[in-house]
Amino acid sequence: MATHDEIEIEVLRYHPETDSEPSYRTYRVPFAHETSVLQGLQYIKDRLDGSLTFRWSCRMAICGSCGMMINGVPNLTCSAFLREYHPGKLRIEPLAHLPIERDLAVDQTDFLEKLASIQPYIIPAESKAVDEGPFTQTPAQRERFYQYSECINCLLCYAACPQYGLDSGFLGPAALALLHRYNSDSRDVGKADRMPIVNAQEGVWACTLVGYCSEVCPKGVDPASAVNRNKVISTLDYFFRFMAPRGASE
Amino acid sequence: MAVRRPYVRPMAGWWRRNPFYIFYMLREATSVFVALYALQLLYGLYTLAVGEAAFDAWLVSLRHPLFLVFHGVALAAALLHAFTWFNVAPKAMPVLYLGSHRVADRTLVWAQYLIFAVISVAILGVVLGG
Repeated sequence: MATHDEIEIEVLRYHPETDSEPSYRTYRVPFAHETSVLQGLQYIKDRLDGSLTFRWSCRMAICGSCGMMINGVPNLTCSAFLREYHPGKLRIEPLAHLPIERDLAVDQTDFLEKLASIQPYIIPAESKAVDEGPFTQTPAQRERFYQYSECINCLLCYAACPQYGLDSGFLGPAALALLHRYNSDSRDVGKADRMPIVNAQEGVWACTLVGYCSEVCPKGVDPASAVNRNKVISTLDYFFRFMAPRGASE
Repeated sequence: MAVRRPYVRPMAGWWRRNPFYIFYMLREATSVFVALYALQLLYGLYTLAVGEAAFDAWLVSLRHPLFLVFHGVALAAALLHAFTWFNVAPKAMPVLYLGSHRVADRTLVWAQYLIFAVISVAILGVVLGG
């Protein structure tokens, strides 16, 4: 029952060894009702031009590898379908605001360093051996951070954030959402370590609440809420440092 | 050995690239009209302090067609300003719980309209009653 229509896919190509800047190349790709945009790219790589470079892995919107700009909108190419764009055409570009490594693959180094800087793991008050059992919490305590733990590091939110595009010093939506996730966890005591990152100009205060990050997030993380709730937390942190003698809080 | 030469794309004209960004810029621009209106109101207060003649002259000047147009635009800007702020407020405030239930963002947005309406009616009551 697969009806094979054809659709035009324009792809931004960039080869660091031969191109001075990226340029578009157009391909005609046959598709069926269930053909994803990622499968369209795979068709190009398998049948039309084997040199096309892009990242992908799971094909089911959980690995976070295949994010790209589809007609200017950040999206996971595995969960967008060619039929949605027919009879128009598609323009596929690497995620905006990130340096292009080659073709549709971006350089993720900056984000990975930022992610490491927020200590994205539980820092317990006292460490204990594995055989002493897990750190427990109630469903209500889990509810406080669960939404933020859904992040798959796909970087769609960075491609959506013009403040990050204008100044990549900004820690950015996903890193701040994950920072908030660990700070909100009842088993974690790393908040004091992470607050200087939140309070910095490159922390929450570089955000102007454009809000597009939450709009494009494929997992409902709502990073804008994490960032902006931390503006309140950061303000209180600032205020209480005047009120309490050093070391008296906590 | 492959050469690495990451290409950074220019940001010029970024806000025209997506309707979402255009609306964001419009939202931010409303603050200009709100500020201008506030300045104009402050000037009115100043004329009140100067004397009755100055205040009356200010009132007359407000009837100028240009001022009427400005007030129309400023009202529209203030409404958009309030509308967009009410929409994002749930993202900026701590999560509210009623018992063990998290209060939905939508509920918080409507609560603001309700508070806005109650306060407006109260002020109208004071103005008309007094």
